[in-house]
Amino acid sequence: MFAFLANPQRFMAFSKVAAPLIGATAFLLLASGLWLTFSAPDDYQQGATVRMMFIHVPAAWLALFSYVCLAVASFLSLVFRHALADAAAKACAPLGATFTALALITGALWGQPMWGTWWVWDARLTSMLVLLLLWLAYIALRSAIDDETKAGRAAAILALVGAINLPIIHYSVVWWNTLHEGSSSFMKNTGSSHYLAPLALMALGYTAAFGSLWLVRIRAELYRRRASLLALRAAEA
Amino acid sequence: MSPLTALFGRELSLSWGRGGGPLPALAFYAGVTTMLPLAVGPEPERLASVAPGMAWLALALAALLSLERLFERDFEDGALDLLSLGPVPLELVCAVKCLAQWIAIGLPLALAAPIAALALGAPTALAPLIALCAALGALAFAFAGGMGAALALGSRRGGLLIAVIVLPLFAPPVIFGGGALTAGGGAGLLLLAAWTAAAVALSPLAMAAAVRNALD
Repeated sequence: MFAFLANPQRFMAFSKVAAPLIGATAFLLLASGLWLTFSAPDDYQQGATVRMMFIHVPAAWLALFSYVCLAVASFLSLVFRHALADAAAKACAPLGATFTALALITGALWGQPMWGTWWVWDARLTSMLVLLLLWLAYIALRSAIDDETKAGRAAAILALVGAINLPIIHYSVVWWNTLHEGSSSFMKNTGSSHYLAPLALMALGYTAAFGSLWLVRIRAELYRRRASLLALRAAEA
Repeated sequence: MSPLTALFGRELSLSWGRGGGPLPALAFYAGVTTMLPLAVGPEPERLASVAPGMAWLALALAALLSLERLFERDFEDGALDLLSLGPVPLELVCAVKCLAQWIAIGLPLALAAPIAALALGAPTALAPLIALCAALGALAFAFAGGMGAALALGSRRGGLLIAVIVLPLFAPPVIFGGGALTAGGGAGLLLLAAWTAAAVALSPLAMAAAVRNALD
């Protein structure tokens, strides 16, 4: 799959069909997921606010998943010096940062009615916030270096360093939280199929939306590179 | 004299001698510690409860300040090109730079940390632990920060960029050190030492890769 798509021309031909198809799938999944979300019964403890779960949990899952995608793309671009992998890493960063911010914002909106506060220094929230800082550092480094190949390689090194650090950050924050007697914990409602089906649909829908947007952004990045190359040639001629 | 000791002597005299050596970092450290009672209020109980943590955080910030000149000057005047061609592997060059940075700036800060914490009202018995944590932490900050400094080579607005890159990576050592100070040693100190050892062992690889990329 990787080897087949590593050819930019084959990738362009594939993504031209795949991006809208996956996007349409995402739309159908999200629409049916939202339908089930609003037709699900109220939770006996949380009331209607339980519906926040269906837009919050998939965002948190994608925040991590997109970082894994970034790390894989960075590894491929660093080791094989492949331009397409670099474009994929670059295209991934704003999406991942957005999903992380979305997870934090929907978490705050859910926390306000449930815990009575927008923010607690809970282990999950804090490690999510550090993840957002990592995304911002990646984007900042990438945009601060003018030479594009150098910027791509420096950013790839940072992405891999962050990937090694992410589990350490997570466990250190968990340890910090237990040290300080964390006050809040999630009340999990597991086993209820009313909630499982919309959650699964929304998770798949978010993932498909991410995949489709990622393909579109990679295509845009490749077109942008081609355009700047042509502009350079025209200026030389 | 072997190339490695010559390099170490050069790095040490550069980071100790040029630009005031540890003085600017110490002055910054003293400044931040002075600002804390002004911001929080002078009540001794309130200050004492936050004193060790604040002294610890100010140390992390002071370690950030001197990172910018770790590679930048050698990069600009071409010394880094020569070092990359020399007999010492680039990974070792980076490690030696960070080690010299720790000796010239980290250790003086670690000696100042207990004084700052005591002045803010931390118990006297805590002073040796604060100095130990600060010395270990400064080593971790120097090596993890060196990665940020190497990655930011050749960029615009280096200093701010280094801080943005490095601060998320500082989260675990800050947590472990703070935990060691509140719990009086124990698991936090061991975890801090483990993180420091891992940073010393692994970050030279990332630094050398970043420097090679910038020199290309």
